[in-house]
Amino acid sequence: MSPAVLLAAGEASKHRPLIVTLFAVFVAATLVITVWAGRQTRNAADFYAGGRQFTAFQNGLAVSGDYMSAASFLGIAGAIALFGYDGFLYSIGFLVAWLVALLLVAEPLRNSGRYTMGDVLAYRMRQRPVRTAAGTSTIVVSIFYLLAQMAGAGVLVSLLLGITSDGGKIGIVALVGVLMIVYVTIGGMKGTTWVQMVKAVLLIAGALLLTFLVLLKFHFNLSDLLGKAAANTGKGSAFLEPGLKYGATGTSKLDFLSLGIALVLGTAGLPHILIRFYTVPTAKAARKSVNWAIGLIGAFYLMTLALGFGAAALIKPDEIIASNKAGNTAAPLLALHLGGTGSDWGAILLASISAVAFATILAVVAGLTLASSSSFAHDIYANVIKKGQASEKQEVNAARWATVGIGAVSIALGALARDLNVAGLVALAFAVAASANLPTILYSLFWKRFTTSGALWSIYGGLVTAVGLVLFSPVVSGKETSMFPHADFHWFPLENPGLISIPVGFLLGWLGTLLSKEQPDPGKYAELEVRSLTGTGAH
Amino acid sequence: MATDAPPPSKTEAGYPTTDAFIAVQESAEFGDLRRSHRSFAFPLTVAFIAWYLVYVLLSNYAGGFMGTRLLGNLNVALVLGLAQFLTTFLIAWWYSRHAAARLDPKAEAIKSRMEAGA
Repeated sequence: MSPAVLLAAGEASKHRPLIVTLFAVFVAATLVITVWAGRQTRNAADFYAGGRQFTAFQNGLAVSGDYMSAASFLGIAGAIALFGYDGFLYSIGFLVAWLVALLLVAEPLRNSGRYTMGDVLAYRMRQRPVRTAAGTSTIVVSIFYLLAQMAGAGVLVSLLLGITSDGGKIGIVALVGVLMIVYVTIGGMKGTTWVQMVKAVLLIAGALLLTFLVLLKFHFNLSDLLGKAAANTGKGSAFLEPGLKYGATGTSKLDFLSLGIALVLGTAGLPHILIRFYTVPTAKAARKSVNWAIGLIGAFYLMTLALGFGAAALIKPDEIIASNKAGNTAAPLLALHLGGTGSDWGAILLASISAVAFATILAVVAGLTLASSSSFAHDIYANVIKKGQASEKQEVNAARWATVGIGAVSIALGALARDLNVAGLVALAFAVAASANLPTILYSLFWKRFTTSGALWSIYGGLVTAVGLVLFSPVVSGKETSMFPHADFHWFPLENPGLISIPVGFLLGWLGTLLSKEQPDPGKYAELEVRSLTGTGAH
Repeated sequence: MATDAPPPSKTEAGYPTTDAFIAVQESAEFGDLRRSHRSFAFPLTVAFIAWYLVYVLLSNYAGGFMGTRLLGNLNVALVLGLAQFLTTFLIAWWYSRHAAARLDPKAEAIKSRMEAGA
């Protein structure tokens, strides 16, 4: 074990009772909320959509909570700390992406769907095949995203408690899995939304505190902060310019472009974000919640800039890398340094920030699990297997069982993804969402001629292309940082598949429509179009 | 009843018929609403995605320009990145203003008429 890890773990272990207490308080508070919400969950609309009674601000806060995952907090801060400017792109892409959701997707989706993304995709299509496809892609995207959160959990624990044995890490991942199953099965969307809100407030407060402390150290002089970061990393002004991570070769530049496209187009196709718009009463409230989310998320990303550059300026790069190869621990290490290494303050700050990060992971994991189990129960079980004949109670029970299954899968996969950068993993989820979901959502809403074949071609085509390219990319094999570092079966050079798979998704949707003999149903399109723009008959 | 075969709302009392939806879809009033939405949202989407891609491409292929110092250690790359934040906030505000003024009243009028069964 490296000295830095030992140092941080040593600092932390002196205060292990404090860490455990902070964490237990969060878990206990959220469990109380969950049980309370569970008592108010009486029907399917409560379980899936929180009764549609949240205000725009509450939902905006919950959307931010869902979106500001461990990837944003740990991953982006780490990427900026190690690669300077190149890490910054993540936050910009993640933020600009919200405009696609705001201008094109949030309101029509709220007006025309009921519980899941599949409601809108299948609206004017043949139900069973399109719902099967929508359910499949929802679950795949959510599992990619879950993987990232689980990797983050493992990282935090080894830093905090000095647990580096595989058994210990898997134990923690299993604990996260069990908690999320409890949140979702008992609390449903109501409980999950409240947990997201609590977590969003904690995370923003934690980031504010660290940002303030960083800026205080540099007397609120940004230029000074940037200069120190550049000097401390030994990279000089290159640290503040594009290219450290992605500028080495033509291939890595393409990777940067691919990442950028995936980020900006992914958000509006993320099922766990889309179903949040069903928790408010109207499309107008959905629009307002996106605006709140853009404000909160934007402010948060501006703070991660201070955290990332602050970590670069105050901590030796070797120490960050030694603690976690991908930089995921930069933010907690920064907390330790700001409080003063070796002092009580340092340890307390480290413990608090780590508890916040852990809360973040738990909440996001619950949101993701809810999205995938909802889609399984509502799209696949109720509408495909039971052909629409399932009772509301059966459907909600199916969702609860699906939660257990998805929990088990993500625990198993989480163990594999430990050393990958959390932000990079999330970017893969964005690429899959942008390739498989976004084309079908946009075509369904805005293209009269779009057909069932087009929808199936674009969902499955986008999904298979994106996941297939990842499988044969350096993320999975062939590099020291790969999931399987000792095997090499990669032939696709880019880490992010978006550059290829997103155009493929759009192209296949178009081709599938043109090549099929099937005629679109004009009545259904009239219904969807009028409904999506006016809210007539919306739930 | 909430989990009928979709689209389930068909069975709800007062839900407009398919013919009513087609009639509204073909009406001038709805055409006006659709135009107000599309003529605003589509070009703006193309514009902000283009502006974002320009920024990504500049980062990739115009390193020298992006590295130009502007103010202390603040260079063009960082300023353009912060400008992306600013334009995102502005576009969100602009769209919301447009929607409140030009879309909501039209949508509301059509909706209340349809739901009243006109």
